[in-house]
Amino acid sequence: MARRNSVGYLAAIAVIGVTVVPLLFVVLGGFRTTAQINSSPAGLPGPFVWDNYAEIASSPQFWRLLGNSALIAVIATTLAVVLGAMAAFALSRYAFRGREGFYTLFTLGLLFPLGVATLPLYLWLRQLGLLENPLGVAIPEAAFSLPVTIVILRPFMHAIPGELEDAALLDGAAKLGFFWRILLPLSRPALITVSVLAFITSWNFYLLPLLVFNDSTNFTLPLGVAMFQSEHTQDTAKVLAFTALSMIPALTFFVLAERRMVGGLTGSVKG
Amino acid sequence: MMSAAITTRPPTAPVPHAPAAGGTRRRSRLRTRLELALLLTPALVLFTGFVLVPIGVAVVYSLYSWNGFGPLTDFVGLQNYVDAFSGDVFQGAIGHNLLIATLSIIVQLPLSIGLALLLNRKLRGRTFLRMVVFAPYVLSEAVTAVIWLLMLQPGGFVDEILRGVGLGGFVRLWLADPSIVLYTLFVVITWKYIGFGVILLLAGLQGVPPELREAAALDGASAWQTTRHVVIPLLGPTIRIWIFLSVIGSLQLFDLVWIMTLGGPANASTTMATYLVDHGFKRYEFGFGSAVAVILFIICFVFALLYQRFALRRDTQGALTGVR
Repeated sequence: MARRNSVGYLAAIAVIGVTVVPLLFVVLGGFRTTAQINSSPAGLPGPFVWDNYAEIASSPQFWRLLGNSALIAVIATTLAVVLGAMAAFALSRYAFRGREGFYTLFTLGLLFPLGVATLPLYLWLRQLGLLENPLGVAIPEAAFSLPVTIVILRPFMHAIPGELEDAALLDGAAKLGFFWRILLPLSRPALITVSVLAFITSWNFYLLPLLVFNDSTNFTLPLGVAMFQSEHTQDTAKVLAFTALSMIPALTFFVLAERRMVGGLTGSVKG
Repeated sequence: MMSAAITTRPPTAPVPHAPAAGGTRRRSRLRTRLELALLLTPALVLFTGFVLVPIGVAVVYSLYSWNGFGPLTDFVGLQNYVDAFSGDVFQGAIGHNLLIATLSIIVQLPLSIGLALLLNRKLRGRTFLRMVVFAPYVLSEAVTAVIWLLMLQPGGFVDEILRGVGLGGFVRLWLADPSIVLYTLFVVITWKYIGFGVILLLAGLQGVPPELREAAALDGASAWQTTRHVVIPLLGPTIRIWIFLSVIGSLQLFDLVWIMTLGGPANASTTMATYLVDHGFKRYEFGFGSAVAVILFIICFVFALLYQRFALRRDTQGALTGVR
């Protein structure tokens, strides 16, 4: 048994190494100069240089990218979760003809992830006058997050006991009052999960903003990272510092919401 | 993520509340209709307007030769589709997508299963380990692409590490050699997405009852036999869903390729999606680009339907649902 566990530990160490080394390369590289990196790509910082990080952290460009990404992600998440929760409520706690049809329609969206639909979406947004507009990215992202949101929320809302609803209705609450005052608070874990998923999807999305935004002041973080890299090919250290700083929000968010995210992903996949 | 639609049976209808008297009943029915409209309409409008309509519009555009400006006048029928399929570059792109999908199944799947089995043991620091494994999945593909682009520079980090451990002979022009570039990209994809598979499979392993392993061991099965004939079959549903997600993901590959190689060198890493963006946007061939988008849709859709019909059907019948 001890021997088998040591195989497990060896594998664990290998996995950690392969995963972490590229991240360390970025973070530590940011503390070096480009000359240091060029002369020894795999070396450690010596001496530590703070200039790259200081310069990026004090550049308005970086903070603007961060702000744009946050704004779009917040709008997309709010839209998807609010509208998704309403639809999931209708689809889980009302009996009406065509209910399964509506549900199937939404689940169809799972087959067409946003990436595939981007060209037609771009043309459509142009027609609507939403190019160069944060809403032009946030609204489609919300639309494409709806299916997952509904698929996760519906069974959750359905599982909340009917006695609670009966009691609320007997007490004179309207059905919508039950939704607002009882069902939504009880659905909090599932609501957090779908929020986390919608937020991360929006935060990392690359293709749609790439097409919708031409003006770099509107860019989101993923676009900014790619642009910064292509504009500073001679200054590796600065690119590394920029990349390292841009990883922080996603990684922080991940550390805070890891359980929700993993639970949500595995839960939604397994049904 | 998509699979929930496929594996979950929709919940049965909650019992509707049937008021007794006729008048109130009619009024409450009207009320229910209004509530339903209020609750469902916003989501339906959003979904229709930004998911379904663009797809429909693309089908129309794809029948025209159109540079994206002015009215649609130059109707060409299915010519855009014929042109796409008869072009070497697009044929190559389809091949590249299929190669990535195939490699994912034959390389990433066994790797994920192996890692999940190893990490499923009672190791100290398991929670931390799971987080580390999963971390690259949260990074954007853009960040991943930039990291690996820098590490793979000629004479860069990867080359120096290989030389340092005496494998200098393996050093290649990772992103500039047309015969290598796809495999390089595949390694990066694996780095980013392996954690997702491991996490899924670990969740699946939680559902394997320990009694089954014990029973197999009592019957004299070796650890390998137990894994091979008891555990892995029970992971079936998880594995089938992973394959589904992985193939759909491979078919849409874009961000990493676009940032790292732009589909080059000499179209050696073009995917359907980079081809689509290259033609639709860079060259203002919107009619043609729309046709490519429709083709991509159809490929994903047909795959999804067939896969659901032939591979996932067993799961929805609930034969071995203990694993869920």
